[in-house]
Amino acid sequence: MTLRPTHELHARRFGRNLGLGLVLGGFVVVVFALSIVKITRGEPMQAFDHVARPELATAAGAAAP
Amino acid sequence: MTDASLQAYAAEPREAGFGDYVALLKPRVMSLVVFTALVGLVVAPASLHPVEAFAAILFIAVGAGASGALNMWWDADIDAVMRRTAKRPVPSGKVAPGEALGIGLALSGLSVVMLGLATNLLAAGLLAFTIFYSAVIYSMWLKRATPQNIVIGGAAGAFPPVIGWACATGSVGTEAWLMFALIFIWTPPHFWALALFMKEDYHKAGVPMLTVTHGRKATRAHILAYTLLLVPVSAAAALSSIGGPVTIAAAILLNGWFLTGAWRIRRRDEAMAEADGYRVEKRVFRASLFYIFLHFAAFATDAVLRGWLA
Repeated sequence: MTLRPTHELHARRFGRNLGLGLVLGGFVVVVFALSIVKITRGEPMQAFDHVARPELATAAGAAAP
Repeated sequence: MTDASLQAYAAEPREAGFGDYVALLKPRVMSLVVFTALVGLVVAPASLHPVEAFAAILFIAVGAGASGALNMWWDADIDAVMRRTAKRPVPSGKVAPGEALGIGLALSGLSVVMLGLATNLLAAGLLAFTIFYSAVIYSMWLKRATPQNIVIGGAAGAFPPVIGWACATGSVGTEAWLMFALIFIWTPPHFWALALFMKEDYHKAGVPMLTVTHGRKATRAHILAYTLLLVPVSAAAALSSIGGPVTIAAAILLNGWFLTGAWRIRRRDEAMAEADGYRVEKRVFRASLFYIFLHFAAFATDAVLRGWLA
């Protein structure tokens, strides 16, 4: 019995890898599209990241009693 | 890989293909979840950007698939005994139980986080609760403990339109709970009709379905009782703000159809059912699927009509 490159095992593994690849590709597209929608609508895009941001501090200060 | 290892491979259970992992997510259950969640989103008095709506439905579907995988992991022992479920990926040995658990947990986390990012925290919280309810409260606890398993467990399948509504509005209104109630009350007669003609399965698996614990006559009476209960719920939904002429007409026709079937089931006994191969029970089971699809399609149609006329 010789090992053919297109053994049924290889075909099934290829199918599984292709399926997973397409799912991951689709997930990237969905995340990218969601980001574009939310950013173009101007939703808050900044938060605390170890850099002084007076506008955030002001907003927090205004909210606190 | 040598010839010997290939022969050893051939003797082992078949390695899972991509389709087996899709089957692990119970695509047929997912289709009902996608449809009812979409209707919940469409009839809600607020709208989402199409990309957000697509993402919301996608991640609700992934959450439903995660519930399916967790359910298959937990129930592999009883699935293997029942003819209807023996070919599922875990009991048939195509997907390892640990793999099913891993996929279920990973997809649960992913779907909840992504739904929260795509829409809002309430929708994500409701999805997380639904997965917990389906996997833990229904599969792990109630399914093997009480003949009311289907009644209480039906809530898990009833949440998708509420989640869809929450995605669009950020809150949950009375109309969303009416859609919840419609699926909740519809689930028991739907599954009991199935249990009547899958007669040996639940008995062999030791699942305390009503047919096993209270007998078939009581199950037939319960089907009729729940179908009667469905009428006021359906009427209330049709007369609420998500209803309209199409839903009212659909509710009258569908409830009449379902009630007739339930009444015919109630009038039959086992001898009659055995004689014609459970023809009426199978027909009512199929009719119940049409009932829920068409009822929700009517909600969506009225919503579209309202949009056009506005």
